[in-house]
Amino acid sequence: MKILVPVKRVIDYNVKVKVKSDNTGVDLENVKMAMNPFDEIAVEEAVRLKEKKVCDEITAISIGSSKSEETLRTALAVGADKGILVETQEEAQPLEVAKILMEIINKNKPDLVLMGKQAIDDDSNQTGQMLSALLNWPQGTFASKLEVKGKSLNVTREIDGGLETLNMDLPAIITTDLRLNEPRYASLPNIMKAKQKPIEKITPKDLNIEIKQRLKTLKVTEPDKKEAGIKVDSVEELVSKLHNEEKVI
Amino acid sequence: MSVLVIIEHDNQNIKNSSLNTITAAKEIDNSVHAVVLGENCSKVSEQVSKCDGIEEVFVADDLIYKNHIAENISPKIVELADKYSHILAPSSTFGKNIMPRVAALLDVAQISDIVSIENKDTFVRPIYAGNANLKLQSTDTKKIITVRTTNFEATKINGGNGKITKIEKNEDPNLSKFVKNELNKSDRPELTAAGIIISGGRGMESGKNFNLLEEIADKLKAAVGASRAAVDAGFVPNDYQVGQTGKVVAPELYIAVGISGAIQHLAGMKDSKIIVAINKDEEAPIFQIADYGIVGDLFKILPELSKEIDKINS
Ligand SMILES: Cc1cc2nc3c(=O)[nH]c(=O)nc-3n(C[C@H](O)[C@H](O)[C@H](O)COP(=O)(O)OP(=O)(O)OC[C@H]3O[C@@H](n4cnc5c(N)ncnc54)[C@H](O)[C@@H]3O)c2cc1C
Ligand SMILES: Nc1ncnc2c1ncn2[C@@H]1O[C@H](COP(=O)(O)O)[C@@H](O)[C@H]1O
Repeated sequence: MKILVPVKRVIDYNVKVKVKSDNTGVDLENVKMAMNPFDEIAVEEAVRLKEKKVCDEITAISIGSSKSEETLRTALAVGADKGILVETQEEAQPLEVAKILMEIINKNKPDLVLMGKQAIDDDSNQTGQMLSALLNWPQGTFASKLEVKGKSLNVTREIDGGLETLNMDLPAIITTDLRLNEPRYASLPNIMKAKQKPIEKITPKDLNIEIKQRLKTLKVTEPDKKEAGIKVDSVEELVSKLHNEEKVI
Repeated sequence: MSVLVIIEHDNQNIKNSSLNTITAAKEIDNSVHAVVLGENCSKVSEQVSKCDGIEEVFVADDLIYKNHIAENISPKIVELADKYSHILAPSSTFGKNIMPRVAALLDVAQISDIVSIENKDTFVRPIYAGNANLKLQSTDTKKIITVRTTNFEATKINGGNGKITKIEKNEDPNLSKFVKNELNKSDRPELTAAGIIISGGRGMESGKNFNLLEEIADKLKAAVGASRAAVDAGFVPNDYQVGQTGKVVAPELYIAVGISGAIQHLAGMKDSKIIVAINKDEEAPIFQIADYGIVGDLFKILPELSKEIDKINS
């Protein structure tokens, strides 16, 4: 079985994001970047399937600037076999990302696509579902458990009321949630080995895809700041404030 | 052109999230239609038709819609899409699962999680875990939108007299099959609709200790939430998680207990009206957004809190 894992280079989740003073976006200069955490979970799941001999080849793919090669190297260091970099200076929105992935899939014919449920920069939570619709493949979103049995797949999903299990046949699209696994760190020898693994570089144009900004950014602003309140010394004082002044209890 | 709202329900009752979404739809246009896809869901379509401002409710009643499988529902919405300029669903796991499919099938972008509507093609949505607000303009002719429900009031289930129109089901795409669900039953209010929420974090130390929170929740008619750390540690089920990648809540009162206040958690609760933090570390970031903070050991504070609430309740 072949698995494709799309990985996005995003601002590290620990970085305090700052809005640019001209309100055109957020400041990405000299900020630490990393693989989208949900994509780390997707890579880990693929590697575990490989270790269980369910999967024999993992391809990581990233769409973005030449720097996204770093993100692919990270995936290769954890256990992906090869990478594809679709290089573009323009920001590709989820529908375009899904179309690029569809073209790649039509060529590479993976059996399973494992990807993040959400990129923590745009917080869109769209690409997997869009890709699944474009390919007319089944989708198992927000997965917290995956069981592959031959050509069939049981996926447990985290939904608002609890958990739900779906069954589907391969090929399928799975998007990961936080509880699916705990990603490992790459070891130093594996980081070195990853430098030798192949990365194919293409552009959206090679796939006949034009990147359009269907959603135009008009303005990016800081949210209203909430002022820190007061510290109270006793529970009695707290309850009195909540009851008598705020009237919320 | 009118606006179409995809109704979230459990085949018995409309979900609150749909009521907030209808309000957002009414801000876009006076003419609001709705669609109910489910099984044995006539009660839901009646409720929707009574919602203030709904002109027409389409309902397709069939087994293939019973479990809200995205692959089954999205083709029906696409069939209906012609007549509408905007199609809205709540930004719940229901809406998030379905709407991007609809958008892709219609070849338009989706606008996720809107918090305000500037005009028919301009919307505001949070990005970067709520660290920034993006005002964007959609250039597509059709807008596929998910709505952050906490930013829109709930429409009342009365005053409306929408026409109920039965529609045919679409063909079963036979892609995903429902196996089972494990839904967490609780007599407490739903997190996203609760007026008061008390949430626990890693500081709670165990699932058993959540009893301390539940006891207080019952006295305040509150819902119980949690941080990711508490869910990951198995103290409580996944659907308790509040945050960037969990549920977004905005109650009148949010009490954070043993939660440090990571940005991903704040993203899900910082719009609460009054925030109370209980934490033994006076430097914990949660205090920066708390209206009232108490520094101390939660295992000492929670029993006291429970007693003080008894005093005001009696
Ligand atoms: C991709 C991604 C998505 C995420 N999404 C979410 C999300 O949706 N929601 C979310 O919550 N997190 C999310 N997180 C995790 C987030 O970054 C934090 O790790 C998490 O919120 C921490 O949970 P916590 O505050 O319970 O734990 P900690 O940060 O460990 O804090 C525990 C707190 O309890 C206090 N404490 C301990 N014992 C006591 C005691 N006896 N009395 C009083 N106080 C005590 C400590 O002082 C400390 O402040 C996400 C992270 C990533 C990478
Ligand atoms: N530029 C990109 N390159 C590779 N994968 C991406 C890219 N954008 C989105 N994805 C994938 O789609 C998932 C969901 O992203 P989004 O829909 O933007 O929230 C991510 O977790 C990635 O797996």
